[in-house]
Amino acid sequence: MALKTLLPGRSPSGAPARPVSGRDRAERKLAFRMTAPSLVIMALVAAVPIGYAIWLSLNQYSVRTAGLSRFVGLENYINALASQEWWAAFGQTFLFAGLSVSLELILGTAMALLLNLAFKGRAVLRTVVLLPYAIITVVSAITWQTMFQPNMGLVTNVLSTLGLPGGDVVWLGEHGYAMAVIVMADVWKTTPFAALIILAGLQVISAETYEAAELDGASKWQTFVNITLPLLRPAIVLAAIFRTMDALRVFDLPFVLTRGANGTESMSMLAYTQLRENRLVGEGSALSILTFLTVMVVSVIYVRFAGGNIRDVAKEEQ
Amino acid sequence: MSTLTAERPTAELATRAKAPKRRRLRGEAKLHPMVWVFVVAVMGFSLIPFYWLVNTSLKKGASLSQGELFPSQPTLENYQVVFQNPEFLLALRNSVIIAVVTTTVALVFASFAAYALARLKMRRKAMILTLILSVTTFPAIAIAAPMFSIWREIGLYDTLLGLIIPKLTFALPLAIYTLTSFFKEIPRELEESAYMDGATPFVAFRKVILPLAVPGLATTAILVFISVWNEFLLAVTLTTSPEARPVPVAIAFFSGTSEFDQPLGTISAASVIITIPLVILVLVCQKRIVSGMTAGAVKG
Repeated sequence: MALKTLLPGRSPSGAPARPVSGRDRAERKLAFRMTAPSLVIMALVAAVPIGYAIWLSLNQYSVRTAGLSRFVGLENYINALASQEWWAAFGQTFLFAGLSVSLELILGTAMALLLNLAFKGRAVLRTVVLLPYAIITVVSAITWQTMFQPNMGLVTNVLSTLGLPGGDVVWLGEHGYAMAVIVMADVWKTTPFAALIILAGLQVISAETYEAAELDGASKWQTFVNITLPLLRPAIVLAAIFRTMDALRVFDLPFVLTRGANGTESMSMLAYTQLRENRLVGEGSALSILTFLTVMVVSVIYVRFAGGNIRDVAKEEQ
Repeated sequence: MSTLTAERPTAELATRAKAPKRRRLRGEAKLHPMVWVFVVAVMGFSLIPFYWLVNTSLKKGASLSQGELFPSQPTLENYQVVFQNPEFLLALRNSVIIAVVTTTVALVFASFAAYALARLKMRRKAMILTLILSVTTFPAIAIAAPMFSIWREIGLYDTLLGLIIPKLTFALPLAIYTLTSFFKEIPRELEESAYMDGATPFVAFRKVILPLAVPGLATTAILVFISVWNEFLLAVTLTTSPEARPVPVAIAFFSGTSEFDQPLGTISAASVIITIPLVILVLVCQKRIVSGMTAGAVKG
C-alpha cells in the first residue's frame, strides 16, 4: 500500500483507461463526493494556515501592542538565516535525526530478524518490543529523565556503583550527553515501528530463495548480505523515510528533557520559543516556514532517491 | 480477510507478491546461545525503563533522592497526590474528549475517502494520494504557529475545539492511508454481486463493504487514538490554561504539590497512570496494531 502510493503518476488501482460509460461517470461523481470532505478539511486546516504563516512571516509584530504590524518583506528570513540560533538548531536537528534514524534502522533490522525466527517466546518478545510504542512521548522523555538523574537515576547509580565513568556526569547538563539521552529516548520508543516495517519486508521474501542459496552452499552471513539485505532494501528505505520525517520535526523530547538548553534546541523548538515565549510572531512564523521547507526538501530528495528503487520492486512483485 | 485478524502484518505486501511460500519454520528452531543473549538484551532494553518509572513513582523523600533500585518503603502517596490534583483530572477529561471526537470524525470522513481511493474510478487519484501523503510530512509547527494567531483572533485559542480541528488534519491522512489498504483487501466480487442485485456504488459501500471492514476500522481507530493522545506540539502551542490542556502538556508542566517538593515522584506516578490504559490497549490489540502499522505504513 504505502509502496504503491509513493509511485508518482500511476493509478493505484492500476486500471487501464477505458471509455467513459454511464456507470463510470456515476462512480467518478461518487468518488469526488466521498473524497471532498477530507480534502476540504485538510486544505482549510493545512493550506490556509501555512499561507497565513507566510504572510505573518513577512511582517514585524510589535511585542507590546497586540495586532500592530509592519510589512518588512524578507527581513525575518534574512535575520533568521544570518543568526547563529537557526544554524545551531538546524545542525542539532540533523545530528539528532542522523543518529537516531541510523540506530533505529540497525536495531530495527536486528529486531525484525529476531522476530522472524520461530522460537518459543516469539509472541512474548513481539509484545514486549511493542510496549514502548504505547507510551506517550512526553512520558518516555520523563522516564529517561528519571533514569539519568544525578545520584538518584538508575543509570547514574549503576555506573557509579560499578565505578564506571559517567556516574558523576550531569547527563542532561552537558551538550554531548544530553543529546545522547535524547537519542536513546527516541530509539527506545520508535525502534518497534522500524522493526515492524522491516519485518513486513522480511516476510515476503520467499522460502525458495533461501533454499536455493542453501543449495549453493552460501554461508549464513553471505545469505544475509547477498539476499536478505538487498531484498529488504525497499522496506528499510520506507522505514527510513517515515522515521526521518518524524525526527526532523522533533519537539517533545528536547522540550521535556532539556527545555532546549545545552545546544539541544531543534528547529521546531526554536520556532516555538520565538513564538510563544518571546512573542515574536513574525520571526517565529519565518522559522516555522523554514522548518517546513527543510522537511519538504528532505522528503522530496528521499522520494526521488528511493523512488526508482521502490518502483523496481513494485514491478518485480507484479 | 485473514490478513486482518491473523498473524500477518504483511497483509498488503504478501497479497501483491502473489503469495510466495513464506518462510515459516515448522516446529521451533534451536537458537544459537548468542541469539538468546540478544533476545534478553532486547527485552531488557524495552522493559527496564518501565521498571524504573514504576519504581520512581513508588518512592518518596530520602528513598527517592538516593535512587534505590527497589523501593525500601514503597508508598502510594504520589498516586494520591495525582488523583487529588484537579488539573490532572481536567487534563484527563480533555484528552479523552479530544481523542474520542477527533478519532470519530476522522474515521467517518476517512472511510468515505479511503473507499473512493481504494475502489472507485476517479480522476487524478495518484495526485490526490500524493497530496494526502504530503500532509503527513508537515511539521506540526508549520500549522501551530499560524493557528496560534488565527485562534486568538477568532476566540478558539485555548479551547478543546481549537485543538480538535488542527489535530484532525494529521489524523485524517493517517486514517485514510490505513483504511485504503484495508478496503483493498476485501474481495471485489462482493461489490460486483451487489451491483448485480441493483445496488448503487454507495449502497454497496454502506451495506456490503463497511460491515466487512469493521476490523480494519477498529485497527485504524486504535492507531488514530494513540497518535492523537500522544500529540504534544499543537497541544502545548494552542493551550494556556488547565481548562483546555490535555494530558501530555499537563504532565510536562506538572510541578508537584509545592515548589519545595521534589516532583519527580508525582510526575512518575501521573505518567504510570496514563500509561496503563495504553499498555493494556497494546497488549489486547497487539495484532491489530501491528497489521495497521504495517498496512498503512504511517507512523501513529
